[in-house]
Amino acid sequence: MSSESEEKLKTAQQEEYHNLVNRIKPKPPVLKNCLWAFVVGGLICVIGQLILNYLISMGINKVDAGSLTAIIMIFMGALFTGIGVYDDLGQKAGAGSIVPITGFANAIVASAMEFKREGYIFGVGARIFSIAGPTLVFGFVASVLIGLIKLAFR
Amino acid sequence: MSIIMAFLIGGCICVIGQLAMDLTKPGITPGHILVGYITIGAFLSALGLYQPLIDLGGAGATIPLSGFGHSLAQGAIAGVQEKGILGAFTGGVSATAGGITAAIVFGYLAAVLFNPKD
Repeated sequence: MSSESEEKLKTAQQEEYHNLVNRIKPKPPVLKNCLWAFVVGGLICVIGQLILNYLISMGINKVDAGSLTAIIMIFMGALFTGIGVYDDLGQKAGAGSIVPITGFANAIVASAMEFKREGYIFGVGARIFSIAGPTLVFGFVASVLIGLIKLAFR
Repeated sequence: MSIIMAFLIGGCICVIGQLAMDLTKPGITPGHILVGYITIGAFLSALGLYQPLIDLGGAGATIPLSGFGHSLAQGAIAGVQEKGILGAFTGGVSATAGGITAAIVFGYLAAVLFNPKD
């Protein structure tokens, strides 16, 4: 066999292999995942709305009530991650547990807890920012940029 | 009524994140989702597109991290109107100081008090 036809055979085999892999590889069950994300994400927001409604009914102004709601939700996200419940939920809920602000607290606690053996200052103290850090960096940069653009065009 | 709207809007915002994770090549991690939501939320807010979502969905739009981006953006805009260039630097963090501090303090405490289960 000439080396050219050998080469052709090889690429044909590779192609076949790739097709096979693509056929066998499990596709993520998108619809099911989205349903979970919708229900769990929606319910977390409902908890937030209940807290917000309660605070406003107590006579707290809307802005402060919003901040307090965020603080309470973050507290719950951190607590439920600590006792190991939040990550079990996240297995099924996916983005439904990541996108709400409780997911931000979850990212902080989950990444920090693993690094206790490196100490409480440069282990836990540093690792709480492994996901929160990039999030805050981009948030702050966007915020300053928006402020400066507003300043230029006012 | 506010409860139902919070559920619907909050649920939809989370589904967008789920689609982003499922329909893209592996590489979009939860970290990317958080960074993306806060950044996109801030810019949508600056364009005036996020407030209508909050008027509609209440906590359904403020609890997702895009709502945090919205607070950062609106804080910076209010800061600029009040203090000029100084406000561009102080406004965003002032508006979100409660949440950021809570995340760091409660996050640290929870990580110290609890151990990962395995």
